[in-house]
Amino acid sequence: MRIGIPKETYAGEKRVATTPEVATKLIKLGYSVAIEQGAGAGADLSDEAYQAVGVEILPDAASLWASADIVLKVRGPAADGPNEVALLREGGTLASFLWPAQNPALLEGLAARKGTVLAMDSVPRISRAQKADALSSMANIAGYRAIIEAAQNFGRFFTGQVTAAGKVPPAKVFIIGAGVAGLAAIGAANGLGAIVRATDTRPEVGDQIKSLGAEFVPVEYQEEGTGVGGYAKVMSEGYLRAQGEMIAKQCKEVDVVVTTALIPGKPAPRLITAEMVASMQPGSVIVDLAAEQGGNCELTVPGQVVERHGVRIVGYTDLPSRMARQSSQLYATNLLRLLEEMTPDKDGQLVVNMDDEMIRGATVIKDGAITWPPPPPTLSAAPKAAPKAAAAPVEPPKPKLSAATKSLLVLGIGGLALAWLGSVAPPAFMAHLMVFVLACFVGYMVIWNVTPALHTPLMSVTNAISSIIAIGAILQISAPGALMTLLGGAALILTTINMTGGFWVTQRMLRMFRRSE
Amino acid sequence: MSEGLVTVSYIASTILFILSLGGLSNPETSRRGNAYGVAGMAIAILATLLGPKVSSVVPVIMAMAIGGSVGIIAAQRVQMTQMPELVALMHSLVGLAAVLIGYTSYLDSSIEFVGVEKTIHEVEIYIGIFIGAVTFSGSVMAFGKLSGRISGKPLMLPGRHVINLVGLLAVLWFCNLFLNVESSGSGMLFLLVMTGLALLFGIHMVMAIGGADMPVVVSMLNSYSGWAASATGFMLSNDLLIVTGALVGSSGAILSYIMCKAMNRSFANVLFGAFGGEKAAVSAKSAEGLTTRSVTPEDAAMRIGYARNVIIVPGYGMAVAQAQHTVFEITKLLRERGVDVHFAIHPVAGRMPGHMNVLLAEAKVPYDIVAEMDEINDEFPNTDLSMVIGANDIVNPAAQDDPGSPIAGMPVLEVWKAKTSIVMKRSMASGYAGVDNPLFYKENNRMLFGDAKKMLDEVLTVLRAG
Repeated sequence: MRIGIPKETYAGEKRVATTPEVATKLIKLGYSVAIEQGAGAGADLSDEAYQAVGVEILPDAASLWASADIVLKVRGPAADGPNEVALLREGGTLASFLWPAQNPALLEGLAARKGTVLAMDSVPRISRAQKADALSSMANIAGYRAIIEAAQNFGRFFTGQVTAAGKVPPAKVFIIGAGVAGLAAIGAANGLGAIVRATDTRPEVGDQIKSLGAEFVPVEYQEEGTGVGGYAKVMSEGYLRAQGEMIAKQCKEVDVVVTTALIPGKPAPRLITAEMVASMQPGSVIVDLAAEQGGNCELTVPGQVVERHGVRIVGYTDLPSRMARQSSQLYATNLLRLLEEMTPDKDGQLVVNMDDEMIRGATVIKDGAITWPPPPPTLSAAPKAAPKAAAAPVEPPKPKLSAATKSLLVLGIGGLALAWLGSVAPPAFMAHLMVFVLACFVGYMVIWNVTPALHTPLMSVTNAISSIIAIGAILQISAPGALMTLLGGAALILTTINMTGGFWVTQRMLRMFRRSE
Repeated sequence: MSEGLVTVSYIASTILFILSLGGLSNPETSRRGNAYGVAGMAIAILATLLGPKVSSVVPVIMAMAIGGSVGIIAAQRVQMTQMPELVALMHSLVGLAAVLIGYTSYLDSSIEFVGVEKTIHEVEIYIGIFIGAVTFSGSVMAFGKLSGRISGKPLMLPGRHVINLVGLLAVLWFCNLFLNVESSGSGMLFLLVMTGLALLFGIHMVMAIGGADMPVVVSMLNSYSGWAASATGFMLSNDLLIVTGALVGSSGAILSYIMCKAMNRSFANVLFGAFGGEKAAVSAKSAEGLTTRSVTPEDAAMRIGYARNVIIVPGYGMAVAQAQHTVFEITKLLRERGVDVHFAIHPVAGRMPGHMNVLLAEAKVPYDIVAEMDEINDEFPNTDLSMVIGANDIVNPAAQDDPGSPIAGMPVLEVWKAKTSIVMKRSMASGYAGVDNPLFYKENNRMLFGDAKKMLDEVLTVLRAG
């Protein structure tokens, strides 16, 4: 089958859906590959570079869409301007970012083309599908670039320095939301030498934050914030208030704030109010990675850098596109991994196996039928952190009897039983009983001191010692009667086997225990 | 020898037995401990033989010669990996002997008891035979399970608790009948019926217990054999037997308790709640969609070679594969190269308490680098590499992370906290608890599939070459 890669039509979009390097691998999978002239220019990839690995160059979008069985794109097809939806061949296949939840009309339009559509943003978050997880790839780049943009707009060093001209304190960076983008931002900021703090509604990411060298600032409020598939979920009002107080406090202290808080399918949560912006030091920077979804900061203007209350607020929505070479390469690889899964025989034939959880998740339209949303993932990618324990201190279920009552009861019954025994049993028996009870206690005291390493020898030695019943057998052999002698003799043979065998094997074992020389 | 001298000798052997158990508290003094035990036993037997109650010495010596030689031959031949089987088998001997002595004591007409004393004596016989028979059949079953002659899977009869309860009531009822019989002939009948019930009881009890719970079973049977000796002592009015039996009985009971604690389960839960089978359904939820990362022996050897400190966690798989000697060779090589090697032993690793320690000792691993779980669990975060050899449930992080897991709350070795962990296993099959192990899917874990001995041999070859 033929794969076609058109030039992105969205204004300012510089990424391209495949690179020459990845194209080579697509060709190895059995596909033929064609690109629209100049499709890679934004990512500094020349037509010649594509041509060199055997990619065909087509002069315009129309001929490319018409000739391709599978179209790979970055942004979803534009419905206005150059109508890409109409360009999709009847029964053809398209793979790109699509955001089906936000774009139902686009989904309908594509379904009318009777083709198959793979949404790269719908690849499920399961371990096996990580290699095709383009959202993570892009988020990684966005997080990195956010710090670069912040550094660009920040008038000071990130790292602290002591110079002949005086001391420079390190910049303090606060990162809200420790998803892929947030973690990438932590790493980048740390690499530049800043002091990094981060917060997240999901307490279990605290360890990841710390592992990247940042300080975890938790919200002091008991609520679990992990939703399905490792994403965050909407939190309660009480939690939001506590979170707001914490963020307000941080804003007063830090120089750079990077917000990455997103909840799937919902407008971005408003975390930074105009008031908080005003409380920040002049010259501070806020980078709002959620600008496209409305922004985490009240004053964000999507797509622009604005200055409010002396604070620069970066609202770029195209951070991955600003690193087009890198993001194209990662995105192309994600696409390649998905296509690999869907080309099991490496013969250039695309197979949409709807039983495969990864492919099922990505496929939003199959042969003209809308198959979105997929069934919920069967396994959460996030570790299950103690779900109930953290929620609220649960009253332990009251036992019917308190421990003290119980032990009193046992003592009482035991005492009564003993008293009864004492009143009926002959003194000789009581003497034996006393010996017995004392011996039990002695055994109890002695055995606790035995080191666990010697438990096996302990068992074999106690076993050998229990052959002391040989004494009983010896006494019985002398009792009158052949049957008695016979039974006693048999018992004696058995116990002697046990006795000698037990002691011998214990000795064998104990000889082996040695110190290192 | 007079009665008084015999009693004094018995006191001496009692003290020697206590010293013997005390000696085992430390590997340094343990050999002396065993010698005390031998001495105590020798004194007790000699004193009895020379005492006033024994008239026929020749049959005693003959029987002891036969038994003694069989015992010594068996003890010399047994392999260290077969220790659990041997110990189980030996318990059965004590149990059987207790049964025989009980019957003999019942038949013995030389001493006549009357009134309450007669009742007490008969109850003692009854209890002695009961415990002996349960010990016998239970130990034989345990032997069968441990040696693989019987499947290690727990056998769950429907309504098994009811069966146990009815059996117990029947035993009590027969006891009542037994105490009230006129002639000793019909009393014998009740004794035999009860013995049959006790044998079935022992079989049923051990059959219902899964392989992973074997350490508890073995130590419990150890305890029973002690109680059987104690009951025999009551029966014969012999304090030495009572004391020694009580020592052994409480020793076994404490071991069982320690084992249960190591699995975070109550004793009743182990006995009646059988692990294995019924929990299998729970495991279905995880594994799906997760991948393990498997490595070759060469790769594993590279990782081992680059580590500065290594903790080895052996399990039953090492015993099965007889890999302990290769493990020691690797340990020796690494230690020569300055790598810090330690062993971490979980209390219920293997099939009997202390099983792993004995195997490592057999392979000449010095005991001062072999640590218990509590000693070493905090060390994992500072460890470059943890190597799990044929263990599963005892290194399962689900015990800590997943409150719904059947093994939740069981103390485990935290191997996943090491920078890298390598798990050697024959396949992805789950352990005896039937629980999937999230460790295998962890980012920093590598799987080395295959027979532990073979894999380790290859690792050793690569290590030697490099």
